[in-house]
Amino acid sequence: MSSDSTISIVWIYPDLLSTYGDRGNLLILARRAALRGLPVRTLEVRSDQPLPTNADIYLLGGGEDGPQALAAQRLIADGGLHRAVAQGSVVFAVCAGYQLLGGAFFAKGTQYAGLDLLDFRSDRGPTRAVGELGGPIDPRLGLPPLTGFENHGGRTHLGPGVSPLARVSTGIGNDGTTEGAWRGKLLGTYSHGPALSRNPAIADLLLRWATGYDSLPPLDDTWSDRLRAERMAATAAS
Amino acid sequence: MPLRAKVASSVSRTAAALSRAAGRGDGSVIGGWIGLKIDPDLLAHLAAGRAIALISGTNGKTTTTRLAAAAVGVLGPVATNGFGANMPTGHTSALAKAGQTPYAVLEVDEHYLAKVLAATEPRVVALLNLSRDQLDRAKEVAMMAQLWRTALAEHPSVHVVANADDPMVVWAAAGSPAVTWFSAGQRWHDDSWVCPECGSPIERQADQWWCTGCSLRRPVPQWVVEDDGVVDPRGAWHKISLQLPGRVNLGNAATALAVAAQFGVRPTDAVSRLSTVASVAGRYAQVVRDGRNIRLLLAKNPASWLEAFDMADAAPTLLSINARDPDGLDTSWLFDVDFSPLRGRQVLITGDRAYDLAVRLEVNGVPFQHVRTFVEAVKLVPPGRLEVIANYTAFQDIRAELDRVL
Repeated sequence: MSSDSTISIVWIYPDLLSTYGDRGNLLILARRAALRGLPVRTLEVRSDQPLPTNADIYLLGGGEDGPQALAAQRLIADGGLHRAVAQGSVVFAVCAGYQLLGGAFFAKGTQYAGLDLLDFRSDRGPTRAVGELGGPIDPRLGLPPLTGFENHGGRTHLGPGVSPLARVSTGIGNDGTTEGAWRGKLLGTYSHGPALSRNPAIADLLLRWATGYDSLPPLDDTWSDRLRAERMAATAAS
Repeated sequence: MPLRAKVASSVSRTAAALSRAAGRGDGSVIGGWIGLKIDPDLLAHLAAGRAIALISGTNGKTTTTRLAAAAVGVLGPVATNGFGANMPTGHTSALAKAGQTPYAVLEVDEHYLAKVLAATEPRVVALLNLSRDQLDRAKEVAMMAQLWRTALAEHPSVHVVANADDPMVVWAAAGSPAVTWFSAGQRWHDDSWVCPECGSPIERQADQWWCTGCSLRRPVPQWVVEDDGVVDPRGAWHKISLQLPGRVNLGNAATALAVAAQFGVRPTDAVSRLSTVASVAGRYAQVVRDGRNIRLLLAKNPASWLEAFDMADAAPTLLSINARDPDGLDTSWLFDVDFSPLRGRQVLITGDRAYDLAVRLEVNGVPFQHVRTFVEAVKLVPPGRLEVIANYTAFQDIRAELDRVL
């Protein structure tokens, strides 16, 4: 955590990367920290503002092709996220934001340089991947299965320096086999928008990474549990 | 009209009547579908010789179409697709059913605007707003604005009536030679932070907005909502008494008056007709059941949820969410809506995707009760007003339970 004991969470460029409920991840992290009595400060940084480098958690959302390309250019020029990651900050990225973490991505038919924070590259797939996305998460993370919704035209090819977040049992994810990626305290997924609403255990993982605590007191997750059960039953039935 | 078109038109009307008689809906799609199969140019034939207004946008088009048809009705009979059947089949059916009318006011799905512009050669096109709506299948907002702009460039003789408060709409309309701007307000800003012309950030201050990188900025509107009325281009204020709730519908009324003015209708002659509109395809309809005065509000996407909260009374509220094909399969948008205006009200939730809503409300700090059925909800609230806000198929389900209220 930063100098004081407050967990600071930065939502990067909501003016560019906020396509569909991306704010949810910020709200969910803040709430789950607050319910544990952990002080939280949230900050939304627009693309014409410098990115602070001393926050604990950085969030990247989804976006259309144009804004995604613009976000990449500004983040590379700003350099703040690279410095924050070098200092051990946590990054959680979804959809277009996830693609930004890799070495390259495609937008509007052109290849753009990514932030190169994780060892993968994205290109265009033969079809758009739209629908439920799910599967068992890397056992080293000790989390229950991923469940979410994806909507993207990209395919992501992981290099040896990064691990898939999950194996795909429903949907496409990276390439129909693996989904998402993680290394150190950086985690990305094609489960778009408010991905943490269906995966509160990932929210808690990010908070543990940010605080260094091995465990956090459990919360009443009745409604999340019902939502997860209902979604997993629906995808198993179809 | 060529013989083939006459036959197609007649068969179309018959099919629509049969569909209604069989209880299979209002016939507004099937009739047009059959007619277009017989004569693919039927819509163009039916449109010929009429003065037509098209109304398009993400939200408010069914209501605005209804209000504009009422206003243009000052001049004589108006053909209109009043049931929200807003694709070419619906337009064909509406025009065939109406017979020879000098005027038509047609609601157009935003994806079909280019096609319907070409087929009907309208006098006026009204552009209301563009915002995120079912992104798992709909075109992204910027792409839709580009489609509109291209379509309008091919029809320079069309008079455009457009919302000065929505940067995406302004950009889509700005290339047209004749534009009347109205101000209907815009609660939802999250799809227009980036300039569609140059990609620079858009700044906002009070009612104004401007691009920080190019010349795109809010045009001066000629029609403006002020208090409970509308100011026309001459500066005259007209009191608007609507049966439809909310400031949003005052904006829709201003748009309707601006459209009607292009047909020569004076606002003083049209305002009384606007107040005759009580419900629109079941929306805003009020039904009394077991001492509860139930009002139905449709909310399909984040922008229209904000508008529904504006329209609803501070009363017990039932929210119903589905995610079937017509709704879009993705519920992520729930986190784009701030439900906090509902705090302090009794909130009930239902629908196929009530659990998605439950998680959202919990994060939003809005207490709620989950119910399995509409009937259960009615029993749980005290006598008096019950507001029902639902997305598309959830709304249809509740309407069916209330015996197709209209």
